[in-house]
Amino acid sequence: MHIGLLSVVIWLPIGGGLLTLVCGDRFARAGRWLALLSSLATLILCVPIYLLFDDRTSSFQLIERASWIPVLHSQYALGVDGISLPLILLTAFMTVPVIIAGWTVIEKRPSQYFAAFLIMEGLMIGVFAALDSLLFYFFWEAMLIPMFVIIGIWGGPRRVYATLKFFLYTFLGSVLMLVALVYLYLKTGDYSIASMQSLPLTMAEQRWIFFAFLIAFAVKVPMWPVHTWLPDAHVEAPTGGSVILAAIMLKMGGYGLLRFSLPITPDASHALDWLIVSMSLIAVIYIAFVALVQQDMKKLVAYSSIAHMGFVTLGAFLTFFIVSASGSSRGAINGLDGAMAQMISHGLISGAMFLCIGVMYDRMHTREISAYGGVINVMPKFAGFMVLFALANSGLPGTSGFVGEFLVILASFKASFWFALMAATIMVIGAAYNLWLVKRVIYGPVANDHVAAMKDLNGREFLVLGVIAVSVLLLGVFPGPMLKMMEATMQHLLQQILMSKIPVG
Amino acid sequence: MMPLGSMTAAIPEIWLTFSACLILLLDVYFDTGRRGFNTMITLLMLAIGAILTSTYGMGLQRELLFNGLYVVDPLAGFLKLAALVAMATTVFYSQDYLNQRGMKGGEYQVLCVTALLGIFVLISANSLLTVYLGIELLSLSLYAMVAFDRDSGIAAEAAIKYFVLGAIASGVMLYGMSMLYGITGTLDLDRLSRFAAHSHDAGLIIGVAFVVVTIAFKFGAVPFHMWVPDVYQGAPTSVTLYIAAVSNLGSFALIIRLLTHGLAGMPTLWTQMLAAVAVLSLAIGNVVAIAQTNLKRMLAYSSIANAGFVLLGFSTGQVVGYQASLNFTVAYVLTTLASFGTVLLLSRKDFEHEEISDFRGLSTRDPIMAALMLVLMFSTAGVPPFVGFWAKLWIIQALLSSGHVWLATFAVLMSVIGAFYYLRVVWYMFFEAPAERPASEPRASVRMILVLNTLAVVALGLLPNALLSICQRVIR
Repeated sequence: MHIGLLSVVIWLPIGGGLLTLVCGDRFARAGRWLALLSSLATLILCVPIYLLFDDRTSSFQLIERASWIPVLHSQYALGVDGISLPLILLTAFMTVPVIIAGWTVIEKRPSQYFAAFLIMEGLMIGVFAALDSLLFYFFWEAMLIPMFVIIGIWGGPRRVYATLKFFLYTFLGSVLMLVALVYLYLKTGDYSIASMQSLPLTMAEQRWIFFAFLIAFAVKVPMWPVHTWLPDAHVEAPTGGSVILAAIMLKMGGYGLLRFSLPITPDASHALDWLIVSMSLIAVIYIAFVALVQQDMKKLVAYSSIAHMGFVTLGAFLTFFIVSASGSSRGAINGLDGAMAQMISHGLISGAMFLCIGVMYDRMHTREISAYGGVINVMPKFAGFMVLFALANSGLPGTSGFVGEFLVILASFKASFWFALMAATIMVIGAAYNLWLVKRVIYGPVANDHVAAMKDLNGREFLVLGVIAVSVLLLGVFPGPMLKMMEATMQHLLQQILMSKIPVG
Repeated sequence: MMPLGSMTAAIPEIWLTFSACLILLLDVYFDTGRRGFNTMITLLMLAIGAILTSTYGMGLQRELLFNGLYVVDPLAGFLKLAALVAMATTVFYSQDYLNQRGMKGGEYQVLCVTALLGIFVLISANSLLTVYLGIELLSLSLYAMVAFDRDSGIAAEAAIKYFVLGAIASGVMLYGMSMLYGITGTLDLDRLSRFAAHSHDAGLIIGVAFVVVTIAFKFGAVPFHMWVPDVYQGAPTSVTLYIAAVSNLGSFALIIRLLTHGLAGMPTLWTQMLAAVAVLSLAIGNVVAIAQTNLKRMLAYSSIANAGFVLLGFSTGQVVGYQASLNFTVAYVLTTLASFGTVLLLSRKDFEHEEISDFRGLSTRDPIMAALMLVLMFSTAGVPPFVGFWAKLWIIQALLSSGHVWLATFAVLMSVIGAFYYLRVVWYMFFEAPAERPASEPRASVRMILVLNTLAVVALGLLPNALLSICQRVIR
């Protein structure tokens, strides 16, 4: 059998993770290096995937097919297009800093820690690369196991509550999606996503399927009002867990909406777009206000993640409003592009924010904002990064945070002035909570002796934050290649969305 | 005079009967309890039994024996092999547990073998009489096994409860069978199925209802589940393992012979009853399991919930549903073997490792056992990449393909509730500080079997097609 690159980037980290697990705590040093090498190797192998990718076509590339479960008509089918490739790159990119960030900080069962993240990486790439919905679901659910363990073992004081809530919430969401997938399978005769996308469905069917998908993806994104698991999970998770949760796992909800909800149930999406758009706008405005009043830095970033992910869902579902407002689909593409750009950029920025908080937590063992103050006096290098990421998080032009938000706001203007006005409030509130955070934590006089005793970034931390900072700036100044990568696929997606699937007659 | 040639397909059963006698005799003359001699004999007997079954009992064509009382077909061959393997595994796991508790006598093995023989008879039953024979052989052996630890009060209580309720269930079944016989005039399941297709007799409904009650009792399905928690908790863990794993195959055989074959002509009569029983089992089993603190009792309620899943497959009244149920049963047996095996292996002479709190911090005391238990718990909860996921998936698929969207939705929602108590075991093992317990030292060989057992759960989870296609092939 021909083993393709995608299989390698899925199974290499999983294999590396299992080996790391075998190393155990007795050979923790070897385990660490093994973990780092596996994650680096995965990242390096993503380079040929990127180079081989042809951005002129919307069809799937680097396809691998093998017989997997003939009885259930399910194939081991992998491939990438302009939606999945950026997310795969993001996954491979963000796992390396997570491994490095945990290098010496994790003292309890380090090998298991690194193994869990490597296995997660493989499973997450699998989610994005699967072309078969059963394979997709397989990875999607399997991913819960390492995350459950990560929050449960290395988390904070209320970790058990948080991890159970996380697991049960997401599990509840996904089982209904499974019912929908099986229903679709019984109609198409196989589990391939492509045949589900081209299957005609009546409006009643589409509505049910849409809601089943929505529950799964809305929990994952998470959209208001099913977001309550996220702040708990983030606060209790170890730094690495928060980074992966915010940077990658939330994106799966957005990915699911773009890959499943919109193309499989376009008519229901059209009919119910008001629901998604209003849920998104509530997330953007209300949750941003909630972020403003948080006392805990991680909670603040968690709520800001929910608000920013509101942009993703908003951008994805604006299409129908734009078409009915302007009569053409020109401009709708901005919403979809913006959703994708926002996902990538939020992956980098929120991951970096959590890493920054982790850096401070390692020194002070508290995340209370009031415990800090004047960090810039003792940690100037760190303060530079923190301010940069906070500004990027509030959508400063020149950083990647601006690109996605701008595109989505542009698209909302085409849909309705009021949408744009409401969406644009995040520019104000976002700036408010980010800058206020920076003011209280970074600036001012040194607040207490503990802060005075903090040491500035070591080389390892500098490297991690530096690499992410460079990519945030690069994507902000020069977003062209990223948008180019997804352009053809987004055009194709737009066509799919606008074509009714209701059988005629 | 029946020619010997027509009996060859029954050689495995004849061999099991012979084995039971042999083990008993050896036990009389030699001190076989010493050094696990009788365990070795039993394993040898089972191995030969497996060879004989695969040689004579596979029934590549459907074959009737003893004037149609007995049938050998591919399904029978598969189930018998599965039962042999499952029983051999229980023998491995139970060995040390029994020795430490002074239950070395060969009688235990004899009872295991006669129970297995009962299962074999059920698997091959093609007449109401044979069905009844199999049930009684299995049940009577199990009653005695539950009470095997003479000094344990809780075991005696469990045995009495099991016996009294079991006797009532048998009576009910006989009554139902007598009605079926009275109306149709035949005990033969082939003829019964043909007759029933043209009958609209109200008595049939009552007869079928009685039969379904007994089936539900054997599965431990709600509302006939009251014995399950007490027996699972009260019986010696090795017996619990046997009941949960091996005898489950017997229950499966019972339902597939009696309902889907014998009463095939009137599926509407029993599919609705099964659906109701299944829904109740899923709800009660999963919800009540949350409140349990004893792992054996929790797994008892989990087995009630899982029985609900098996019965859901049958309630479709379609072949794909039966295949899914078979797959579910095999997956469940495989997982249950290992999870009760873990409890057995962690127990020591004076300490039953059966409270959920006993698992506190297992991951630091014994990381391998904890990792195995993690896999098993997630598999039972139905999370990929483990075999339990495919088992549930196929049931859901069967339900949807027969139009039972709401049943499928209900079943998956109940699995979410179920996930909580499986996760709780993982939580105690991995997230809690270790309890002050001396580590048990299971023998490396037995440990190896447990690892292999769990690896099978993983392997069939990654590549499920083998098991699925076997299930598809043996039930048509």
